[in-house]
Amino acid sequence: MTENKEYKVVGTRPIRHDGVDKVTGRALYGADFQIAGLLHGRVLRSPHAHARILSIDTSRAEALPGVKGVVTAADLPTAEDRIADLGEGAVNLKYLCDNIFASDKALYKGHAVAAVAATNPHIAEEACTLIDVEYEVLPPVLEVRQAMEPDAPLLHENIKTTSMGETAEEPSNVASHIQHKLGDPEKGFAEADIVIERDFVTGTVHQGYIEPHNATAHFNQDGQLTIWCSTQGAFTVREQVAEILQHPISKIKVVPMEIGGGFGGKISVYIKPVAALLAKKTGKPVKVLMSRTDVFEGTGPTPASYIRVKMGATKAGKITAAEAYLAFEAGAYPGSPVGPGAMCIFAPYNIENVIIDGYDVVVNKPKTAPYRAPGAPNAAFGSETVLDEIAEELGIDPLEIRLINAAKEGDRRADGPIHPRIGFIETVEAAKSHPHYTAPNGKKHHGRGIASGYWFNIGLESSVTINVNADGTINLIEGSTDIGGTRSSIAMQAAEVLDIPAESVNPSVVDTNSVGYTAVTGGSRTTYATGYAAYEAAQDVKRKMIERAAKLWEVDESNVQFADGVFSSINGKEEQISFRDLCGRLGETGGPVVGSGTVNPGGAGGAYATHIVDVVVDEETGKVEVLRYTAVQDAGKAIHPSYVEGQIQGGAVQGIGWALNEEYIYNDEGEMTNASFLDYRMPTCLDLPMIDAVIVEVPNPGHPYGVRGVGEVPIVPPMAAIANAIYDAIGIRMTELPMSPNRLLKAMGKI
Amino acid sequence: MQDFGYIAAKTVSEAVALLDEKGQTARILAGGTDLIVQVREARRDVDWMIDIKSIPEVNVLDYNADTGLTLGAAVECFKIYAVDEICDAYPGLIDATKIIGGTAIQGRAGVGGNLCNASPAADCIPPLIVLNASCVIAGPNGERELPAEQFCTGPGQTALENGEMLVSLKIPAPASNSSSFYLRFIPRNEMDIAVVGAGASVTLDDAKQTIVSARIALGAVAPTPLFAEEASALLTGREVSDATIDEAAQAAQAIARPISDMRGTAEQRTHLVGVLTRRALNGAIQRIRDAA
Amino acid sequence: MARKSHVQTTINGETVEFLCESRQSLLEVLRDELHLTGAKEGCNNGNCGACSVILDGRLVNSCLVLGVETEGKSVETIEGVAEPDKLHPIQDAFLENAALQCGICTPGFIMSTKALLDQNPNPTEHEIRYWLAGNLCRCTGYDKIVRAVQDAAESM
Repeated sequence: MTENKEYKVVGTRPIRHDGVDKVTGRALYGADFQIAGLLHGRVLRSPHAHARILSIDTSRAEALPGVKGVVTAADLPTAEDRIADLGEGAVNLKYLCDNIFASDKALYKGHAVAAVAATNPHIAEEACTLIDVEYEVLPPVLEVRQAMEPDAPLLHENIKTTSMGETAEEPSNVASHIQHKLGDPEKGFAEADIVIERDFVTGTVHQGYIEPHNATAHFNQDGQLTIWCSTQGAFTVREQVAEILQHPISKIKVVPMEIGGGFGGKISVYIKPVAALLAKKTGKPVKVLMSRTDVFEGTGPTPASYIRVKMGATKAGKITAAEAYLAFEAGAYPGSPVGPGAMCIFAPYNIENVIIDGYDVVVNKPKTAPYRAPGAPNAAFGSETVLDEIAEELGIDPLEIRLINAAKEGDRRADGPIHPRIGFIETVEAAKSHPHYTAPNGKKHHGRGIASGYWFNIGLESSVTINVNADGTINLIEGSTDIGGTRSSIAMQAAEVLDIPAESVNPSVVDTNSVGYTAVTGGSRTTYATGYAAYEAAQDVKRKMIERAAKLWEVDESNVQFADGVFSSINGKEEQISFRDLCGRLGETGGPVVGSGTVNPGGAGGAYATHIVDVVVDEETGKVEVLRYTAVQDAGKAIHPSYVEGQIQGGAVQGIGWALNEEYIYNDEGEMTNASFLDYRMPTCLDLPMIDAVIVEVPNPGHPYGVRGVGEVPIVPPMAAIANAIYDAIGIRMTELPMSPNRLLKAMGKI
Repeated sequence: MQDFGYIAAKTVSEAVALLDEKGQTARILAGGTDLIVQVREARRDVDWMIDIKSIPEVNVLDYNADTGLTLGAAVECFKIYAVDEICDAYPGLIDATKIIGGTAIQGRAGVGGNLCNASPAADCIPPLIVLNASCVIAGPNGERELPAEQFCTGPGQTALENGEMLVSLKIPAPASNSSSFYLRFIPRNEMDIAVVGAGASVTLDDAKQTIVSARIALGAVAPTPLFAEEASALLTGREVSDATIDEAAQAAQAIARPISDMRGTAEQRTHLVGVLTRRALNGAIQRIRDAA
Repeated sequence: MARKSHVQTTINGETVEFLCESRQSLLEVLRDELHLTGAKEGCNNGNCGACSVILDGRLVNSCLVLGVETEGKSVETIEGVAEPDKLHPIQDAFLENAALQCGICTPGFIMSTKALLDQNPNPTEHEIRYWLAGNLCRCTGYDKIVRAVQDAAESM
């Protein structure tokens, strides 16, 4: 069971360090940035989902009073067709550039075509309507199975399917095929007493962060480019902009402003290079803001998918084989998260025989971007629903069947890795004994469902610097964008090492010139990896402070120990000095103390979640109401439990939205018809009950305090859990997301 | 957003004169919750916005148990549902005012604006129709009145002639043993546009068993909100029963001619007309019976 | 050039004058002309509540009010909620309950909560959820926000 280490700061709930700024309106987000002489940029976007661009004439826009500059793809350096390693994954540079501005073809409605800088945003917007673009409209490809047909219109003439090292002869919309295989699936299915195979379809959904993308850029005459923006990673912005503009990294400074949500959607750059181009052209700082419609139509959602899952089990409930076919829409350019989906789909279970095929397929929709455990929710919707059906057919409790098959330390994931110490079993046990699961559930049209989920989490590079202040406090300098309270969860890890209160740490998220390289806030890595770097930096401070105490007392360092906030001399002299007092004596002992920590840890440790949901279905309207929700999750060690609960609750609710109403609705021309917060229906607080977040702590051996990333896995189980609850309520298995009223009415035969 | 002029009119005659002078691209600005969005999204071409909120007549909110309600065209929702007598007299209208947008929208949006925007899905219009509301219209040739069910002529289109504006709505005092109910179907619980809306007003006999009269109106199933005349008429003199209510619901379904769009499909809407008509009628009847 | 009007209004108790185009919303005026950037633009069409302010005592979306309409009116924004030396109890409650993650929706939620508690000091959970339905939060799942409002109501 969980280790019960005693900590003084870790595990407590201090007020977050940036809290006052954020409740008083003083915190400055990207769009809040102001600078003298600022121009305003707006982007013209393709009205067509698939069209060849024949010509662009910007002369009428340029002639409009107040317009200071217009840019198009012609202003971008020619992108070579090569792969650059950026942020969370490898990206093809040609595609990256074409996604900033369409060059030869517009590949989705909302694809950026040109941009204008003007003295005010209304003029910039008006100027966009004066840019004349001649299009040859082409038939759009809007659905993954349609795109995979041999006679489907092609988005890219040069994409040929790569499959396990081989490249096909003919061009295709299928960019790649991956396969993971374990054991002998055929034999496994032959051994099964029951085999269930189902098809699933999931819709395109958006991260739905409340803050639209923004960027302000200034280009000095000496080539120094500064970009102020909201981003999940200032360093990845620097890298992407450097690649796209072919501008040296040393000449780019990215200043991360506060960020209004990201969930994976603010890793890729869209308007940051555009702001830079406009700033270069006009010689003035330029702020480019997206509208909400721009965000829906022009930034990466997470893919729609077609999934087929087949599982076999013995009468006793042991899964003998599992098979999955995952076809994911990448959007306009390759790079869907089908890989992570394939890694996660059966990862909660120890299955001997597995085969998973994944396909990355381009369609005329915005290029997809990561969204919270990208790929895993789509996949789990299929696998967790099929497992529920197997449990039901066999008359086994759905939590029990998960325990029978649960993966544990030493078991192998289908894609290869061996699990380290993981806490899946613990989440299922906690769900089983939770009062929600044992509460009565028998009313008409009421149902209860459960589902589990896995996300592998990542490590990557982080840097932290600590400057020690004379009053016993420390300034902690970090490069991880704080999207949900990570200033505090990182600061607390340093505070724990130095035995000072959380409030004695002043954390700052700084620009790319002011801290060591730090990867994106993504992959649930920030509290884990940047926290780890803070731990290392604090250890460095501790070592240096021990040196100072030794110097003060003229003893050997090995004779100084640090405990309970006090340095003391052992083996001889009886000397003591508190951390705080020693901080006041740094000048006389050699000058300031600065600690640094840099990490690239490999032991991120996977996260598991098991959710329980009660719903009621209105049989006449098809509307599903969530009545009660419990989300159990292994956090390894919760540094700041309130913000861990917050991640769990927020992820679960995004999953509820995905399950019930959220989707991109397209017409036949490939236009999204619901590109607003009015009609892209994210949950409001009136749609929800309280979300009971239950933290299980199975420490991660790959982190000094046992931290596991917590941000992503909570979005994995909700869709299947709700589908299973709907089945329990009305006896119908829903296999298409969202499970909207219209689909339920159809499934119930009411329309 | 296009550039436009803004004028705050002080009197009805000033507003009418401005509308008359500026022509089709002048629009009345009341709560602005539809108009400002439409102009911003270039869905409506407007050269002039004439703000009427300083005109006394459009701010009248006067209820009298004998003569009924006079509701100025610019009175915001939050002011209407703050008056207990109005809530008691016209619960169906109150149902609508409490679900238009969120709280912040209800701080600006009013029933008059909801009517003049003439959305087929407008929540306030079915209640106005079932409550026999009359629209008081001022124009260059003086005032005229029009029944609410005749006000909308198409999506975004009204019976207002050039130079005319809505001044107020008049709703008769409720009969004894009567009540009203409005509900809509939306996939969320707030902040959505009606997939279908249904309003009903019902008057029962003293025994509260027989329907003396009823009116049913539907939203979002035709180019304008619809008065379901036959469905309403067939209820007259009928005993309250599930079968009777079903009959009315089927008659209401018969006049629905919905479209499919991102908010719902035609078949879903037709189905929902039946469900919501039943619920609206039962809701109004329940209110009468609960009033005891 | 677009026509501009001179507007005099009261913002957080102070008389303020500004020039604005008719097409500039109150949100644009607050942010771009007066540099009061606490109110945020999330959707610019009244569907997210991030720009919520209190206008003459009522909650409104400042993206759906024209700057010119505020002549002679009184506007309360997030910048005016705290006292110089202490936070408003609603702000304290949001911090103590960890009712924010990214914080972009927080100013709107606090203004909306203030308008609620000003007229209903003891709301039920349902009343809180109904009132706040016009404010979208994508991070928290609303659980801690609702609890913060309950706590604020209790402490006020």
